[in-house]
Parts: sequence; structure tokens; C-alpha cells
Amino acid sequence: MIPPAFTYVRATSVDEALGLAAEHGEDAKYLAGGHSLLPLMKLRFAAPDVLIDLGRIPGLAYVRDEGTYVAIGALTRHHDVANAALLASDVPLLAHAAEAVGDPQIRHRGTIGGSVAHGDAASDLPATLLALDASFVIRGQDGTRTVPATDFFRGIFETALEPGELLTEIQVPKPASPAAWGFQKFTKRAIDWAIVGVAVQGQAVALVNMGSTPLRATAVENALASGASIADAAALAAEGTSAGSDIHASKAYREHLARVLVKRALEDAAARS
Amino acid sequence: MSILGTRVIRTEDPRLLTAGGIYVDDLREAELAGAVRATFVRATVAHALITGIDKSEALAQPGVVAVLTAADMTDLPPSEPPGGEVPGPDEPPAEGPVPLGGKWAEPLLAVDRVRFVGEPVAIVLTDSTYQGEDAAELVSVDYEVLPPVTTIDGALAGDSLLFPDAGTNICVKGGRDIGDDSVFDGCDVVVEGDIVNQRVACLPMEGRATAAAFSGGKLTVWASTQNAQLARLIFTAIGLPPDAIRVVAPDVGGGFGAKIGVDREQIVVAWAAKHTGRPVRWVETRNENLMAMTQGRAQLHHIKIGGDRDGKIKAYRLDVIQDAGAFPRMSGFLPMLTNLMAPGVYDIPAVQADYKVVVTNTAPIAAYRGAGRPEAAATIERAVDWFAAAAGLDPAEVRKANFIQPDQFPFVTKAGAPYDTGEYEAALEKVLGAADYASLRADQQRRREAGETKQLGLGLASYVEITAADGGAGETAKVEVHDDGTATLYTGSSAHGQGHHTAFAMILQNETGIPMDKIEVIHGDTDLVPDGVGTYASRSLQLGGSAVHKAAIEVKEEAAKNAAALFEAAEADVVLDADTGTWHIAGDPDKSLTWAQVAEHADGGLIVANVRFTADRPTFPFGTHLSVVEVDTETGKVTLLRHITADDAGPVLNPVLMEGQRHGGIAQGAAQALCEEVLYDADGNPLTSTLADYAAITAAELPSFELLTSETPTPVNPLGVKGIGEAGTIGSTPAVHNAVIDAVSYLGIRHIDMPLTPERVWTAISEAQKASAK
Amino acid sequence: MKVELTVNGKEISADVEDRLLLVHFLRDVADLTATNVGCETTSCGACTVLLDGESVKSCTVLAAQADGRSVTTLEGLAADGQMHAVQEAFHQEHGLQCGFCTPGMVMAIVSLLKENPSPTEAEVRTGLEGNICRCTGYHNIVRAALAAAEAGK
Repeated sequence: MIPPAFTYVRATSVDEALGLAAEHGEDAKYLAGGHSLLPLMKLRFAAPDVLIDLGRIPGLAYVRDEGTYVAIGALTRHHDVANAALLASDVPLLAHAAEAVGDPQIRHRGTIGGSVAHGDAASDLPATLLALDASFVIRGQDGTRTVPATDFFRGIFETALEPGELLTEIQVPKPASPAAWGFQKFTKRAIDWAIVGVAVQGQAVALVNMGSTPLRATAVENALASGASIADAAALAAEGTSAGSDIHASKAYREHLARVLVKRALEDAAARS
Repeated sequence: MSILGTRVIRTEDPRLLTAGGIYVDDLREAELAGAVRATFVRATVAHALITGIDKSEALAQPGVVAVLTAADMTDLPPSEPPGGEVPGPDEPPAEGPVPLGGKWAEPLLAVDRVRFVGEPVAIVLTDSTYQGEDAAELVSVDYEVLPPVTTIDGALAGDSLLFPDAGTNICVKGGRDIGDDSVFDGCDVVVEGDIVNQRVACLPMEGRATAAAFSGGKLTVWASTQNAQLARLIFTAIGLPPDAIRVVAPDVGGGFGAKIGVDREQIVVAWAAKHTGRPVRWVETRNENLMAMTQGRAQLHHIKIGGDRDGKIKAYRLDVIQDAGAFPRMSGFLPMLTNLMAPGVYDIPAVQADYKVVVTNTAPIAAYRGAGRPEAAATIERAVDWFAAAAGLDPAEVRKANFIQPDQFPFVTKAGAPYDTGEYEAALEKVLGAADYASLRADQQRRREAGETKQLGLGLASYVEITAADGGAGETAKVEVHDDGTATLYTGSSAHGQGHHTAFAMILQNETGIPMDKIEVIHGDTDLVPDGVGTYASRSLQLGGSAVHKAAIEVKEEAAKNAAALFEAAEADVVLDADTGTWHIAGDPDKSLTWAQVAEHADGGLIVANVRFTADRPTFPFGTHLSVVEVDTETGKVTLLRHITADDAGPVLNPVLMEGQRHGGIAQGAAQALCEEVLYDADGNPLTSTLADYAAITAAELPSFELLTSETPTPVNPLGVKGIGEAGTIGSTPAVHNAVIDAVSYLGIRHIDMPLTPERVWTAISEAQKASAK
Repeated sequence: MKVELTVNGKEISADVEDRLLLVHFLRDVADLTATNVGCETTSCGACTVLLDGESVKSCTVLAAQADGRSVTTLEGLAADGQMHAVQEAFHQEHGLQCGFCTPGMVMAIVSLLKENPSPTEAEVRTGLEGNICRCTGYHNIVRAALAAAEAGK
């Protein structure tokens, strides 16, 4: 219920945050909206000695039109991503996916950067950004680098972020046909994490909770590219996945859901465009 | 004009809505100043011997006042089974709602072994809650693991015994011999099978909580309880007589049966306050609540139902195995009630019912909204649908063919239940009419013919349930009318959301004319209400309300004597105008006295009536629920589209309160059908001990409900009322269950056990499709 | 560490443990006990308050994160002895029974209506997916939200 004791420090700039992280090393974790990290700490599954609060760093929450892509500051809250007019028109998939995260209270606090950095395969946004071929701008003490989503999610809660590095911006290329999107989040109850989820943009298909990372359904994509029907392509949705079994669903059921949901998401995308 | 039957919003609300309720954790009583916080160390394995407890690291933590185990509890008197002697093997089984005790006794803190994950092993007292969680983590308990028993089958196999001295895991057997198969001879249609009524969590939004202070030889305990008076009796276990104990129930955040009396941790908290001389406060976490608060249901049924091809049911057999969890808290009470209500609303000539209770290494089971009756209704209603399907008949028609008819009441069923009044067919027809059943069936047919992905299912459940089963214990009420014209009403009922203050004030106003805003209602404090029974079993209106009614009549009699003296008239000529609350001489409306004037004349300026109302038998509310669901046949996901009910608990005192009770019951019952289940792994580790994992139903899964009402009175009490608190839960579970099966019955699916999660439904669909492809 | 929050219009500063959750700051430091704790997994919503006008689950916010910010709890809703439209609607529609989930439920609805002043029933139900009630079955809570929306027109 209560996190173990820690020291709270506050950064007022990215440089200060990086400096604090360097100073405290692996004992420290960044705190953005706190809705991935604090729940883990309250259950005592995570126990960092130092929390570096990023919440007061100015200039990291924005949704900007950069011509060929939309730049989203890492500290932009899910609520603001979901309601951004620019995304509604140019990347409706992302706006829709952000609206599906958690509940309204969670969306008022959780951030897109926090969700991406947390790297949970069961989260809605990592798979969505994977489908959108997003890139992540990462600041370290050595400088800035940009990592494409396809290379960012490495394993269970494991990302390309090196210790101390800070995700500052998410760059989402504007889809050629913004309306060709589909999003399926299958749950028992509205509030639940996706048992399986699917994000579709054009012919890009990504899966939520079908492996240790968000996955592109490459077998589906390849089939579509070679002219297969939606039904035939969707039948391949489980290929290359490694879904788990838990109290919410068995592996076999997840694989079945992936096939059904990919088909539905692709059909929705086709109907919209 | 009588206020009874009118919509009156609650007097309880303004305080709750502006300042918030005062639950145990909110109390700022002077006696609790400087209270230490209690944190329990709990078993992390399901079945094990305790081979050592090391407190040293915990004791060294900041803010730690004490770390106490069973070894420290040397100052307790010897414990007695609260129900009296434990029956020997040749005696009738224990069927009272009390722990079995004896060989099956439950300790306060675990002594030499633990029997379920979450069982309390030690109590850590610290200055603050945060320190408590830090320190409790550091208490080190060594376990020698024993083979866990996590299923009914495992319990029956008996390879691992929770109570070796007992020689078995079967702790109670009861009911009648059910072996005579001849009752099914001559039945054209016979269906047999197993039905699971799964374990669920009671999940009141406020968990268990208690604060205790011991001073000057007197113990004061604030407890989140459904009956302070019973709690006081339970607290005598720490070695104090009842008159040295005061129990106060502050605002209580839900109970649903799990807060009847108090639990072992609360006794330990009270003991710790006495032992250390410091006030102690304990508020459990949700994790503890989902692991260690008593849970509900957990019955396995084997049934057989038989009858004629024309739809007449001739015989029904119900064999119940109750999983009691690690300790038989309620002996055989719950399955005894299941047996009692086995045939439901039907006039079945041959009924056989029996039960066994087994222990397993899981959380103890006790009362949960319906307590044994939902299980009976859930199964007979599935059985009737099985029978209807096998006979090729419409389930509504089969029900009509078998209802106990209105002119048969009072009716004693073959299971021995004395039903008072009922209009079962009328309730069914009401619901079918309101739902336009024929149109729904037509829509279902259309979807089937079109091969739509989303299929429609209609589920009926006609139920009857037993309320105020302990009518003989009755309920108390004391009314004081003061010389300023106000009244104080003390009730032994103990509301935890039901709105009794509003309802009982309505009764008092109706009888006396004293307006509700001049009536103060008090409950839940044993100093102020030393004698009372409490709120559970849907008893409060019929027993507590009837007690208020009885007290009101006595107060009026006393007042009439005083009014007569003041008028210098004969008592027989004095009359009360209940609309205005004024006393007159009959035929002389100009001379009047107020209640204040009459009370002023009485001894001590107070008119008092102190009564207990008892009923000589229980009452039996009834109804029919119709559930309309949509099943996505590609994923198995169920959406509850509509839920229409006709519930009848006699005259409705306050429709606002009655509707609220039905809504809440429907939601909990639908939740059992659709999504809730407590799960353990093969080692007895709880898998649903957080609200992220336990699928409590939310607003997003439910529709608004459609309530129809009828009012068939009972002769059992002067108000003519039965209990409505649990009826919604009892009727809704089988209606939703039947609806889902109905949706996929065209595929040849006959049964799916609850909860009807998407995977369970899809698995049944998938297997049915494979079977028909062959 | 030292934090200063504005709670229901009043400035409250205190020296607190870094790990103090906002809900405990409100209950134990500000002595405003209406906001309740119902779980440890950010699931139940009983702890919902407004942080700078938006609903948040105060069990998953550190007091430190709310430093310098403005919090509104149930106790701060009524103005000049008049209940807020949502409180009044709960009363009229019997939207509460035991009252434990109510403060969080009310604050969640206040925020919901601020962002969506004319919600449909479906939008109210989805908007309350993060608030669990065990007593009411949600039926009257939804009616209260819709009634409050109507009253606000």
C-alpha cells in the first residue's frame, strides 16, 4: 500500500534531470505522471531510493505540427493527446488509443513518455506508436539520439533507454491516409488492461499483449502487401507472437482473439478510408 | 395522508454528501488520541507448520511499539465454542450460523500452523501506518510447508488434512438421504449434471476496520460491523464481561454479510489495546481484504431433475458440497439454507437435498448477500432451463406449469420451507409483458437465421427467498418522546447504507404525527442500544421496522393516558390526529394538545416505550428477473443489454430505498454471473487479491435496470412486509446465466459454468462448432 | 520535505515524508477525511479529488507532486451552505447508500461534467469505469450525473 521510503528530488530542466540521474545512478528512477511507477512502488515491486520528478520541467508537454510529422512532448498527458485537435485530424489512431488508456483520472496524470519508457507490452500506446512507425527522441548526458519504435522495445519492461537517459519527444509521421485506422482493445471490463489489442494504420498492424514487447504482425502485413484479403491476412495474426497465459486468458484464446481483432481493425480501417 | 409508500429522500445524505461519512479510519475521538496503528503479518503459504518467528529486525525499526504473536496472548480465558458444545459424530449436525469450534477451532493469531494465505500470524503496533508496513515486512516467519488442499475434490480425497485430529476434511454433513432414485421412475425427461456456484469476494468498499481503547477496566471498540451488540459478545473472548465493553459502529462502508459480528483480527486488536494499554487502530488494506475477509458462495452442486414431457416437474435432487475455506465459520448453516430453498418457486412433489461441508486451504467462507439462497435459486433455475430444453418447451411455459399457485399459500415445500404468500405467475407475466418477450424472441430468431456475429439471449429466473430466518430473535426499538416535542428512536437494527434512519422515522411519523425532522434515530452503540440483533438476512424492515411500529403504539397508549389526564377526560375519548401530531377529545377538535405538552405531563417529562418485536416465522419475497444479453460469438464477450425485474417484498414503505436495494443486488448478482471469481493457484496462492485482478463490476458493464413492483403482503408482521435487501442478488444471477446459455443454445450448448467470461463462452462455442462440424 | 498545497481554497503547508501520498496528506495533515482509500492498485477511485480542477486518484499522486498546486475535495464543493449541483443530484436521486465511494464518485462526476457538460448515459458509464461502488449498482449514480448535467443547463 505504501512505497518504501525514498528521497524525492525535483528537476526543473532536462539537464538538471540528467545530472540528478547521473549523480544517483541506478538507485534513482524518473517520475513523470507516476501512474506506471507509483503503483509498482506501492505494491513494493519497485523500490528506488531516489525519485527524480520531471513534472515541473517546462516545455516538455506539447503536440506540434512539424509538417511531415507530429511532435509530442514526452510529458504530454494522455488526456491532452486524446483531445489534441491536430491528432484528431492528422493521426486519429493515436488520439483514439490515448483515450482508451485507463480511466479519466489516470489520463489526467499519465504521460505518453512515461508509458513509452515503461515499455509494457500490455499498454495501448507502445503498440500504437509501433504501428505508426514513430521515433523517440532521447536525451543523455552525451547528447541526443533518435530511436525508431521498431528498435525501441527490447523485452519485458525493457527499452532502448540507457540508465539515466530521458525520453523527451515522440515523433509520429503523419499517415498518408489518416482515416485508415483501426483500434481494437479487448477486455473483460472497460477498465482492464487489454487481454489483446490491435492498432492498425493503413497496412501497418501492431499487437498489444501478444509477447514480451509490442509486436508488429509482420505475417499479416506481408500478406496484405501481396494482395491477400483482410480475412486471409488476419488469419496469420498469431504468427511470430508469444502470448502468455494468465487468469485473464489462455495463450490459445489470445491467439484466437488476435486473429479476430486484427480482422476487425483492418475492416474498420478500410471502412473509414 | 400516510407518508408510507411515498418517495422520501434520505435524511442520512446531507452529512454524507458534504462532510463525508465517519468510518473507523476517520474517527478523531479523544480516547483514540495517540493510537498506535496495527499491521498484521500474514501467512504467505497456504498450508504449513510455523517453525519459528523472528521479530528482532522488526522490533528495531523506527516507531515500533510492539510485535505480538499467539505466544504473547497468555492472558486470554479458555475459549468456548460460541454456539455451545460441538456436536459429536452421532448428533444432529451443527446448523447455526456459528463457528463449528472444537476440533475445527480457529485461533485468533495462528499458533502452530497456518491454513490459508493471508491468515494472521502476528500483529505489529507502530506509531504510524507507514512505519507499520515497513516493520511488518521484516517479521520473519519460518514455515514447513504441508501439502495444500485447494479444491473440493482435494478436500474429499483427504490426502492432506487441515485438522489432523478430525481425521477428515469433511466437517459437517446434513440434509436428508438422497439416494432413492425411484422418485425419477416414470419421468419422461430426466437431466443430471454438475453446477458450480463459484467463490466470490464480498468486497464492501470499506474493508474491515476497528479501533480499540482500554482504560479504567473498560474496553471501548469502534468497529465496522453490522451488529455492535453481537460484536460486544464476541469481544468478551479477551476476558472481559459484556458490561465492561462498549462497542460503537460508526458509519460502516458496506457489509453484505461479511461484517456480521467481528473477525478474529478485530478481537486481536481489542486484546492488543488491553495488553499494551495503548489505543489501537486497524484498517485493512484491499489486498488483506481480498485475501482474508470472509468470502461467499463456493458450492458445488450435483443435481437431477425429472418430469413429464408436458412440462410438469416431478422430482428434483440437490446434492451440495460447501467449500468452507480453512475454518468452518458458519458450520452447516449456508448449505442448510440452500437445501431449504432447493425447489424454489415450484410445487415439486419429490425433493431430495443434502449437503457436506469441507475445509480447504483458502479464505473462510461466510455470509454474502443471500447467504445460501442465491446458490439454491441459481441452480434450480438452471435445472428448470435444462429440463425445458430437454423437453423441447419454452422456459417461461415450464415455469408457469410448475409454480406454486396463489391459492396454495401458506405452502410448506417438500424441502420444509413454510412459504407465506406469493404470486409467482403474476410476477413472471409482469416481466414478460414489460419486456415484450415475443418481440425479443423474434429478434433472436432473426439474428440466428441471419447468422449474425452478435446473438441475443433471454434469461428468466423466478425466485423465492427466505428473509428474517431468525425472526424469533426479533429486533428492538425504544422510542422517547421529549417535552419539546422531539423524539429519539433507538433501534437494534444497524444500517450500513440501507437508509434505516429515513425508513424508521417514516414509520414513527406515520404512527404519531411527529415529523421526521424532529426524530433522531440512534443505532450501533451498545451504551445507547444495549440490546439489539442487527442488520443481515434482510430482516431490518420487517423486524426492526415492526419494532418501531410496536414502540410507536405503546408510546401512543402512554401518551393517551397523559392526554386524558390533561383533558380531564376518559382515555377512551382521547384521539390522536396522526396527520398533525396533535391530541384531541373525540368530537371536540378545538381543544388540542401537542406531543410536547403531553410528554411534559408524563413522569420525568418523557414518554418511553422499549420493545422487542419477534416474528414466529420467516417471510418469503419473490419475483422474476428477465435478462437480455448479447453474445459476440467470435470472441465470447457478453454484453448485458437489459435487465428487467419484478420483485415483490410486500408493501413498499419507501420506493426510493427499495429501488436502491434492488439495483445494488442486481449488480452484485450479475457480477457473479459475468465476471467475478476468487481464484487460487494449485499451491493455494491467491490470484485475485487486488482490484486490478479481481473483476469487480463497474458502471461501464451494466445497463440501467427496469424495475417493476408488486406488493403481496405477508401476515407475519403488522407492516405486512418482507425483506428486499438480498432478493435482487438472488434473482439476477440465474437470469443473466440463463440468458447467456440461451444466446448460444442454438449451437447445442447446454451449460457453461459461471463466471461467463469471454474465454469460457468462446471455448464452449468453439467446441460446439467443432462438434457440429463432425 | 516541505510541501505547500492549496486545499479547498486554504493554504496548508507541512513537513512530510517524501513518500507521503496525496490522499494521506489530505486525510491526516489537512484533516479532511471525506476522501477515502479503497485499494492499493489505483483501481477503485474512492480517493478521487480534483487537482488543478481535474479528477485524479490521490492515492497515486505524491503530496510532493501536488506541491504548489490546488486540490479540491468533497468538503470543498459546497459553497455558502449550498450543495454543488452534483451533491444535490446525488441526494435527489438516491445516488449513495453507505457513502464510502461517494466522495470519489462525486468528484469524478464534477470533473466529467466540466469536460463534457452534456454527456450521454453511455459516456457517463464509461467515464465512471475507474470508480467502483458496491451498494448502488450504479443506476442512481448515473441518474444523478445526468440530472446534474441537466441542472447545469
